[in-house]
Amino acid sequence: MQSLTLESVTDPRPDRLVRLRPWLHVKGCTGGLIVLGFIVLGIFGPVLAPFDPNKQELTAMLKQPQGVGAAHVLGTDNLGRDIFSRVIHGARVSLLVAFAVVFVSGLIGVSLGSISGYFGGKVDFVIQKLVEVVWAFPPLLLGITIMAFLGQGLFNLILALVAQRWIPYCRVVRGQALSLREREFVVAAQCLGANKTQIILRHIIPNLIQTSLVIGTFAMASSIIAEASLSFLGVGVPPEIPTWGTMLADARIYISTAWWLPLFPGLCIFITVLGINLLGDALRDILDPRLKRAGAGH
Amino acid sequence: MTTYLAQRALGTIPVLLLISLIVFLLIHAAPGDPTLLLLGEETNAAEVAKAKAHWGLDRPLHVQYVRFVASAASGEFGKSFKYGDPVIDVIKTRLPATVELAIFSIIIATFLAIPLGVWAGSKPNSWLDNLGTTFGLFGISMPSFWLAIMLILVLAGILNILPTSGRSTYGVAGPEITGFYLLDSVMQKNWQAARDALTHIFMPALALGVNMLGILMRVTRSAVLEVMNEEYVVTARAKGLAERNVIWRHVTSNALIPVITVVGLELGTLLSGSIIVETVFAWPGSGSLLITALNSRDYPLVTGLVMTYTVAFVIINLVIDGLYAVLDPRIRY
Repeated sequence: MQSLTLESVTDPRPDRLVRLRPWLHVKGCTGGLIVLGFIVLGIFGPVLAPFDPNKQELTAMLKQPQGVGAAHVLGTDNLGRDIFSRVIHGARVSLLVAFAVVFVSGLIGVSLGSISGYFGGKVDFVIQKLVEVVWAFPPLLLGITIMAFLGQGLFNLILALVAQRWIPYCRVVRGQALSLREREFVVAAQCLGANKTQIILRHIIPNLIQTSLVIGTFAMASSIIAEASLSFLGVGVPPEIPTWGTMLADARIYISTAWWLPLFPGLCIFITVLGINLLGDALRDILDPRLKRAGAGH
Repeated sequence: MTTYLAQRALGTIPVLLLISLIVFLLIHAAPGDPTLLLLGEETNAAEVAKAKAHWGLDRPLHVQYVRFVASAASGEFGKSFKYGDPVIDVIKTRLPATVELAIFSIIIATFLAIPLGVWAGSKPNSWLDNLGTTFGLFGISMPSFWLAIMLILVLAGILNILPTSGRSTYGVAGPEITGFYLLDSVMQKNWQAARDALTHIFMPALALGVNMLGILMRVTRSAVLEVMNEEYVVTARAKGLAERNVIWRHVTSNALIPVITVVGLELGTLLSGSIIVETVFAWPGSGSLLITALNSRDYPLVTGLVMTYTVAFVIINLVIDGLYAVLDPRIRY
């Protein structure tokens, strides 16, 4: 029970933003801008890109970055494809995979977590065993194994990444659902005759949205890195779709001759993930200071 | 606590069984016939049938699974399709390279992350804290394989001071004793080989350790921040201890408990990160072996490797649980 002090009566919910350290705003805003830029590139990429990302121009192979205003701003690769256009197109796959993975794994994780926490008993036991088994795989290893055996493709890639990413949602949400079901408003709803589905959908899940949002940002950062890793290993999307991971894989043999080949796609991954992590940190501090997570991790 | 750990150990058995089932089913759900890959395009049906009978691939799935579990329980995963040797032997020759790499990554990560985290956490909002926090954020956002490529580009390509691939220069290393090259060469007092091993391991270990570095730095910082408000820290200050002693003796030793848990948790990420970093540096460990095995659909080898990684991960988590109780006397199972 919280003791009632004058402060908490007059100001039950002090504006958290005001209390935050000023540079946190800077962090959150920087992150937000980067993520916004990433989304815009992902959606409008094909309109913005000056060239077809797969158009091979064998007379203009391995051209150095020519700077703003020239034809090939970031240079060309070993097949004469425009790096700038490929990097822009690459954002699209990352964006699609990241949002799909976060959405689907959030849906699965939040549902299973709230069911597990609210019902308890046998249902809880089965779900938690499943969590334990899936979580026992080292991250990425499960993804690699699934991809290697299902074959390349966008759908398989999303499936392979969702396979483990619903777990953090499920765990955190279960813990919160356990405490939520004892709260007065849930008990009140029960007394008023609400059934279990109604309680979960209307009273439990809405209270879990903030936490899920924070987990979601970190899941998004980790899916972008995982997608790039799998594509880099050759078990991600098919080679004809330009992605940052496949660009890096292609660049490997040209490391000593063409520095711009590995530099730009990698920089895109790094900046995007950095932006998402910045935004995630800010969101966590604002929405849910209790939720301490070290970072993207898995 | 012994009972608790024994219970936990027993509890992992059904988990491992389920994992083996998932791995088994995944591998057999895969399109593409391994016999065709191995025998090449120009084979006839008789040869394929013979090969299938030889590897037991003609049996029903459940029979194959039972045989697989029975042999896996005794540490036997059958023979590798590609190498012809027992899977366990193939893995054994590759494992030391991965373990050596992982140990070096952990050393690099902890030795950089803990002082940085303590400094940042003990002076919140100072320029040192901002620098450390930014550094930590960069660490967690860095794709390790890209860092690997950029390290090769700069340190090997432009500056030309480190070798780009492998574990040793041909002809420098002496005979293998433990399989850990640095340890081997020190034992044989072969300093040239020791130096060679160090130059080879530095870049892969740094690339592999960068995410752990970032995470550890952030965890250390927040753990230190939390401990700073404890009463015993106030007491230590009140009795006139120098700030340096307060931080390093009272704060750090208590803040390290969550840090050790995170090291344990991150070992899994490190293990799977090694798969991709080993590929970049042509590091002859179990990670690059996994990629080779996957590409040639070497079922027994893939299964053996995935099970090895997973069992290692499960055991690490058990050990961390036990360690946790030893370090924090308040925790009793």
